[in-house]
Parts: sequence; structure tokens; C-alpha cells
Amino acid sequence: MRIPGKGLIDTSKTVSFSFDGRRIEGVEGDTVASALLANDVRLVARSFKYHRPRGVLTAGSEEPNALVTTGSGAGAEPNVRATMVEIHEGLEVKSQNRWPSLGFDVLSVNDLAAPFFGAGFYYKTFMWPGVLWEKLYEPLIRRAAGLGALSGKNNEDRYERAYAFCDLLVIGAGPAGLMAALTAARAGADVILADEDSRMGGRLLAESEEIDGKPGHVWAAEVLAELAGMENVRLMPRTTVTGAYDQGTYGALERVGLHKAAGGHLPRECFWRIVARRSILAAGALERPIAFPNNDRPGIMNAGAVRAYLNRWGVATGKRVAVYGNNDGAHQTARDLMAAGVEVAAVIDSRKDASVALDAPVITGGRVIGTKGRLGLEEITVASASGERQIKADCLAMSGGWNPTVHLACHMNGRPVWDEAIQSFVPKPGMIPGMEAAGAANGVFSTAGCLADGARAGEAAASDLGKKAAKAKLPKASDSAYSLEPLWVVEGKGRQWLDFQNDVTVKDVRLAAKENYRSVEHMKRYTTQGMAPDQGKNSNVAALAVLADATGRGIPETGTTTYRPPFVPVSIAAMGAGAQGKGFAPQRFTTSHAASVERGAPMIEAGMWYRPSYFPRPGESTWRQACDREVAMVREAVGICDVSTLGKIDVQGPDAAAFLDFVYTNTMSTLPVGKVRYGLMLREDGHVMDDGTCARFGEGHFVITTTTAAAALVMRHLEFVAQGLRPDLDVQLVSVTEQWAQVGVVGPKSRDLLNDLLDAPISDETLPYMGHQAAQVMGVKGRLFRISFSGEHAYELAVPARYGEALYRVLVARAEMLGGGAYGMEALNVLRIEKGHITHAEIHGRTTAFDIGFDKMISRKKDCVGQKMAAREGMVEESREQLVGLKPVGAVKQLTAGAHIFVEDAQAKRENDQGYVTSVCYSPTVQSFLGLGFLKNGRARYGERVRLVDHLRGVEAVCEVVNPVFFDPEGGRLRG
Amino acid sequence: MRLICPHCGERDRREFTYQGAAEILDRPSLEVGNDDWADYLHLRENPAGETKDMWYHDPCGAWIVMHRDTVSHAVHGGELALEVRK
Repeated sequence: MRIPGKGLIDTSKTVSFSFDGRRIEGVEGDTVASALLANDVRLVARSFKYHRPRGVLTAGSEEPNALVTTGSGAGAEPNVRATMVEIHEGLEVKSQNRWPSLGFDVLSVNDLAAPFFGAGFYYKTFMWPGVLWEKLYEPLIRRAAGLGALSGKNNEDRYERAYAFCDLLVIGAGPAGLMAALTAARAGADVILADEDSRMGGRLLAESEEIDGKPGHVWAAEVLAELAGMENVRLMPRTTVTGAYDQGTYGALERVGLHKAAGGHLPRECFWRIVARRSILAAGALERPIAFPNNDRPGIMNAGAVRAYLNRWGVATGKRVAVYGNNDGAHQTARDLMAAGVEVAAVIDSRKDASVALDAPVITGGRVIGTKGRLGLEEITVASASGERQIKADCLAMSGGWNPTVHLACHMNGRPVWDEAIQSFVPKPGMIPGMEAAGAANGVFSTAGCLADGARAGEAAASDLGKKAAKAKLPKASDSAYSLEPLWVVEGKGRQWLDFQNDVTVKDVRLAAKENYRSVEHMKRYTTQGMAPDQGKNSNVAALAVLADATGRGIPETGTTTYRPPFVPVSIAAMGAGAQGKGFAPQRFTTSHAASVERGAPMIEAGMWYRPSYFPRPGESTWRQACDREVAMVREAVGICDVSTLGKIDVQGPDAAAFLDFVYTNTMSTLPVGKVRYGLMLREDGHVMDDGTCARFGEGHFVITTTTAAAALVMRHLEFVAQGLRPDLDVQLVSVTEQWAQVGVVGPKSRDLLNDLLDAPISDETLPYMGHQAAQVMGVKGRLFRISFSGEHAYELAVPARYGEALYRVLVARAEMLGGGAYGMEALNVLRIEKGHITHAEIHGRTTAFDIGFDKMISRKKDCVGQKMAAREGMVEESREQLVGLKPVGAVKQLTAGAHIFVEDAQAKRENDQGYVTSVCYSPTVQSFLGLGFLKNGRARYGERVRLVDHLRGVEAVCEVVNPVFFDPEGGRLRG
Repeated sequence: MRLICPHCGERDRREFTYQGAAEILDRPSLEVGNDDWADYLHLRENPAGETKDMWYHDPCGAWIVMHRDTVSHAVHGGELALEVRK
């Protein structure tokens, strides 16, 4: 019920939304919880396990009961806390875990069977027979127990991630956080003040206290106005700091657009990574419920929440409210309610000697031992020295004391310490380097204390940061002492709920102790207390107290469970923002990309690069037809292929040649200027790392190429060698992969094509095989290499990347005039298999130079990376699997890479494995399927027949072992 | 996690590529026997506490010997591999 004139929100601006299809009218500034309570909706949810009717318990992110689903369709979000959802026009809210309706839920029969469903029930009951677990028990349990359901659809809503840096991160904008931020900001520190509420001020918005003679919220608004006006301050409302990580890194979740209808220009949420040199944890404290019998009915709420709904949202949570507590703070609830004209049925203080100056029925030394009301509280039973009595009430405000919100301080595995005076845990200094707690989070509970502690922490942080803070003038505020008597469990008939979210009772915790789950971590897992979205925020300390009592230990000896990030649930969409689709797998395009796509080439991924697979022509209905034609075109005329994706590294310096001698197995220092040499690199363990070409441009200037896949790896490796292993060598490296567009002109007519195009013609004399020279094409200066991956007379022409597309288009057009054209990766692969050239399919990390027949390329005249290990006995044994060619005997349907090789008449089982196939193709040139593979002692077995068996695809073929160079073994075509 | 690049200052861990213990800088000569080479390549301490390891700072290309503490997670600082070996 809304009380006219109460609250800090403007009740003239109405906003309507739906709850389970029913139209609810709230006002701007309402949360779903406050609007429902204003409309006297007390039943909001069904509990996780027993389907008990539940209502709103709290007014913050710790809410365990009022979990709802917002939105619909793909954007539906389950398990959001009604206390955190700000209403907007048209918002759809649905209750969860009930069927057919919230008021009549069939599965509430679970509640009747509760005596059987205690802790460990599932473990004990569904043990046997094991096969039934997956098929029957688990699906049944999952249907019966639970929270909201995911939509199962892809969520198209926009989420973001962002990064921020500051001197000081202040977590929480209550009295302590505001004072801390103000003090440090005035001293000149860069401050971020983050608070999870939509409005900053913390408890000052929820209490009726005064600061400096004005209402607390007015004081807060003034401080916030000053902070907002400072350039060195960033205010981040609706931002929950979710985790503390190494080196002052904090995760934070900002609800950017959740308070508005989806589909606007705002992202829904933003996940922040904030790096702060110092931080102040001013996250306040969480009130704890009391575990009395049947303490979970809708209408039974935390006392501080009752005050918050009254003072901030102008909502009375009942018409006749009873108050039950073990501390003085609870009395304020009665005072505030009476001042607002709400009837207070009784104030029950568990302390016999409590002095309660209230104009309401007061029961000291009282205990609530029972409640009634099926879908909402109607009556409570109170026991005291004067006997038992029933009191009619539709709301019970309870307070078992407050727990400092220590979570973030514990995220690096520090354990908080027990404070006897407040009967709770407080952070100890240094748990997170650079973090200090202040205010209620530090166990300081009076408003004056919080202001002073915040100012102290702000000054300390400023001084740590090398800034001088002026002594803050502390505002005047209430300094009432906080005194309480421990009150964890009230015995009586009925279940005493500890963890509302997981339906864990006092009896469950005691059962765990009795069954010897005495460690708090075991108890947690056995009972599920402290799991799920609220992570025990409402129940951990009380459950611990029950466990301590049941095991005859003190609370501090019993210890706490581990606090882990995140502090509140973080949507995966927010955490993974920007990392879906292209954010996850960025695309790199060559300069010829558009030209290839225009020609209808399907583009395939090669690392992050995209390369044309083949170029279909009219009449070609399969890729094989296009590929076969492209191969023939290269062998007979001329083909064009963009090879810019190969890594290109420019190596310069007086010691460049010596450096290359050290990283390549072969010698590069003897390479004449104007020549290119094939080079092989090993890892230090003796296995092949990469191969490529090395071209010498001057005494101290080389350009080397790497394979597309290993470009980054090789660059990192070369830098490692240059900086870490051979700092004695004067050499500099720079990647120029993206600076040069490089296009292969391949085939017997390649030189004719180039000579039509180059400003100065070339010949065998001026540019022989494995030579390179400066070239000028239509006035553009470039580099021309006579190298070949296909075995044909071929060139690679490199021009600055900005001319790449134009060059490619010109080359393809000229090639077509000569009976050739563009070719793609499929043809490229066939061409190289025909020549037995290796790629990373062969140099896959487990092969040696010996295996691929290149061990003679390891020069013994010098040291090089991998030389020592490559010479070990086992690395050069004849019995090793060696590179061979495989050619089918007779007709076969296909060969497959991944097939294993067996002696022809041997059984195809692991013990008989002789090797495996790495690359296959159909060769239009040889007119046969061809394979490359590794076979034990393979080079000595040319001519032998072997059987290829692919168990996965069910393919078999008999092949002859042959030299891997299937075509033009003498290499005449290269030089011709 | 934040690491320290001598060129660029304190940077996010995601800018770096990890390589392993800094012992990799003490490469034996060819004259050294296979067993010692195998130790150099494959045997590593697993210290609880102070450790030195290699990180490559991708944006600037520096190989860095990072001084860290595996227990406290403190990062004390980084030295350029180039300087360490000189």
C-alpha cells in the first residue's frame, strides 16, 4: 500500500507493467518489488525445492525469494531479482517454478512430502540402479526443482564490455562511500564511485535519519552534486562491482539499458574491467533473517527492507506490522511505521533486558515460535515469560543483526575475522592488496561512525596515492550504539528456514553435522546451503552458527566457506560481450578479397585469413570440376593466386646473415644478393617448426617468408632468439606481411604474361630460378621473385598493399587472355601434392627434418636452433615414420587424410599401425588419387603395397608406396 | 592480472604471451651432452613463491623476464631479455 506523502519518488508519474499477465501500476523509480508491494501483492514466487509460497524478503541484490523472469521470447531473462529490476512502461514480469499458477501450484505437494526430502535425499535415494539416473531420476528432479528457464533462443540484445582506470575505486555510495570518495576527490585523486543501486546514497535513502540537520538523502544528494561537478570523479550508478582480481583489477556489471524497454540505442548491460591503484570497500552490510518456525511466509521480511520500502518508496509492507529483533535497530522500524500511520501490532525483542521506548505493544524476552497464513502471513505466535499468545499481523519485520558485506575483500582467498561485538565477520586489512574496507562493510554500524570511517579511508587512500587530503569536516549524525544478543535459531514446531533460495532448514544443517559433514565446505555441498544466485548472502553466517552449535565448536573455529566472484550473478552475454561471431574470430582479408568474391569464389578460412577456395565457371557443377580445370590451367598456361597471407619478415642489421644462420638449419650467410633460398626452421627440441623462403636484398638485408598459419609464431620465435638467445647479434626484425601484396604468377606462360606488363622485360639470364630483383609494373615499384610452390615456371610479384587489388585484377585479366586465370586453395593444394611439397599437414609439430627427408639441410658447420636435439639417435632412426607418396593400385573411390597405413594383408588394428596419411587429392595431371603420408622406414619401401584404412569414415584403399614427388621429379619445368 | 613491460609500463595480461621459465635463456652450447640439453629443454622448477618467467609483449615485441610471486600473485617487475643477457 502506498502512503501519500511518504517516500523519495515522484508518485505522480505512473508506470504500468504486467506481472503474470496482470496489469500493475507503479510509479517512476519503483522496482518490481516495491511496485508489487505497493499493490499489496505479497506472493511473488515459489521456492526452489518445495514450491513454498514466497514473497519479497529484502530490498537489494541479496534477494533470495523474489526471482522472476523479465521480457519474453529470445530476450527473456530468468532469475532476475524483483528488488533490482526498475519498472518501465510495458515491462513483462513472470513468476517462476510454478504450474499452473503462482497461487495454485501442483508441485507444492513436494512440500507435504518434505519429511522425506531432507539434505542428502537425492544422494541416498537415487543411488540404484545407476542406469536410471540419467534417463529417469535426473530429468524428473530437474523438472520438479528449479528456477526460471532459459528461452533456448539466441539472444540478439546488445551487450558491451568496457575498460576503466582510476586512482581510487570506491565500492558503494552510502555514507561511508560518499565520504571516502569526497575526501579523496577533493585531494585530487581520480575517483570512480560505483554503486549497484539506480540511485546513490545507500542506507541514507532507506532510513529516516538526519545528517547535519537535514534528511540523510538530502545530504547525500548534495555530496553527489559536488562529486558530479568534479572532473576527476566518475559516478557509476547501477554498477555492481562483481569481483576483485590481481593487481587492482575489478570486474563490474553495469545495467545500462535494463531499466528501459529493449531495442533502444542503449546496450542492456556492460561488463567493466576497472583497474584501480587503490580501492575502498564501502559496500555496507546485509541484514540477516531469524530462523524461527515457518519464517518463510510472504509478508515476513527483513526489518531494514521494511524501512527501505517505507522511507524510499513510500510503501507500507502491511496494514498491521509486527517487528521481531535481537537488536536496537529493529525498534526504528516500529518508530518509522508509526510515524507513517501504519499500525504496529507488536514489537518483540528477544532480549529480556531490552529497553524499548515505543508507543506500541512491546514484548521483551519474546520469541516468535510459529506463523500462519497459506499464501501470506496472517498470524504469529509469540512465546515469552508470560506464556504464548497469537498476534494478528500481515507483515513481520525481522532483524537478526547485520553482516558486513565482506565478499569482495575475500575474493583472493583471504578469510575474514570474527567480531564478537557484532556477531559477524569483518575484513582484515591486506586481504586484497590496495583495498581497504570502510563503514558498515568494516563492521562500523552507526551513521556517524560510517561517515568518520569513510573519511579516514579516503584520506588514507589519497595519502597512499601521494595526494594530501585536507582534514575532512565530519557532518553531524546519529551515533547510537549497536547492541545485540546472538539469536540464530528459535526452536518450535515447524521448519526454520535458513537459506530461502535453496530451501535449506536448520534441521538440514544439523543432519549434515550428524552425518559427519562437519566441515563448513562439506555442509554447504551436502545441504546446498549458500549456493545459487544469492550465494548465501542471507544465510551463511546463521548456517555457520547452527553448524558450530551442532558440532560443539565456536563460529570462528568453524570458519567460512570460500567467497568467489561474482558477487551477483553476471549474465554470460555481458561477460562475453564483443566476443561473439567476428568478435570471437576476427576476419583478415587480402587486398584481392572483393575481386575473388566477385568471381563467385567460396572463401575459406586459413587462420584468420579468408582465401578463395576455387573459381567456378559456367557449366561447372562441383568444386572438383573447377579445381581440375584450374590445375590443368596452371600446368598448361598460367594461373594467378594471391599469396599475400604468407608471413613476411624484414630482417636487417650487420649481423642479419649470422642471425639467419642461427635460426635456419641451412646456411643463409652464403646466399648471394639477388638470390632466394628455401629455408627450414626447427624448434629447439629438434622438430620442424616452419619452412619458407629467404631472399637477400643486401649484405645486411633479407626478407623471409613463413607459412600463413605460423606467421605470428615465427615472428615471436625470431624475436625470442634475437633478444633472449643472441643479444650479441645486431639485428632488427619487422613484420611486413600487411605492407606487401604478393601474387603468384604460375605456369609455362607466366613469363610471357609478365613481360607484357613489366616496365623492363625479364629472361632466364636476368632472372633465373631462385632469383629475385626489383621490378616496376605500370610505374609501380615492386619486387619480383622467381620461386615456385607448384613445380611450374613461376614468379611472385609483390607491390605495396595499396596496389594489390589493381595488380590482382590486371594479372587475372591477362592470364585469361592467355588461356589461364585465377586459381584457389583447392588447386594450390593439388599442385603442391603432385610435387610432394609439404605444408603444416606434414610439419604438424611431431615430424623431424629426417622424417620429411630434409636432414641434409641441417648444416653441421654452425650451431642453429634445434640442431643438437635433432641429432639424437631417436630423431634419425630408420624405423621412424618417413614422408612417402601413396598411389592407389587399381580403381579407388577416394583417399582420405587421417587414414592409417597397414601392411597389405595385416589386420587393421592399432598394434599393426605402420603410419598415417596427411594429405590427399585427385590429380588431373597424373590422373589418379594421390596421397602424402608418413610410413615406418618409408623411404626404403618404395614399390611396396600397403593398405590405407580410415576407421572413422569407413574407407579402405590399397596403395603403392612411391617417392612423394609424383610429377616432374627432375624439376625441368621450374627452370624451363 | 597486470604485468609490467619495461617499455610500456603496467599492462593487461591479455597483451602478453607466456613462454615458460626464464631458464630458457641459459642455452647450452653444442658441446654440452644430451642429458644436460634435455634438462635445459624439459626440466623446470615448480616454485611456490618467487619466480622468473618469460612473457612476450605482443604490441611492442619485447621479450621480458617477469619477476613474480606464484603465492601472493604479486608482480614485482619486468626486465628486458636483451638486458638480462647482455
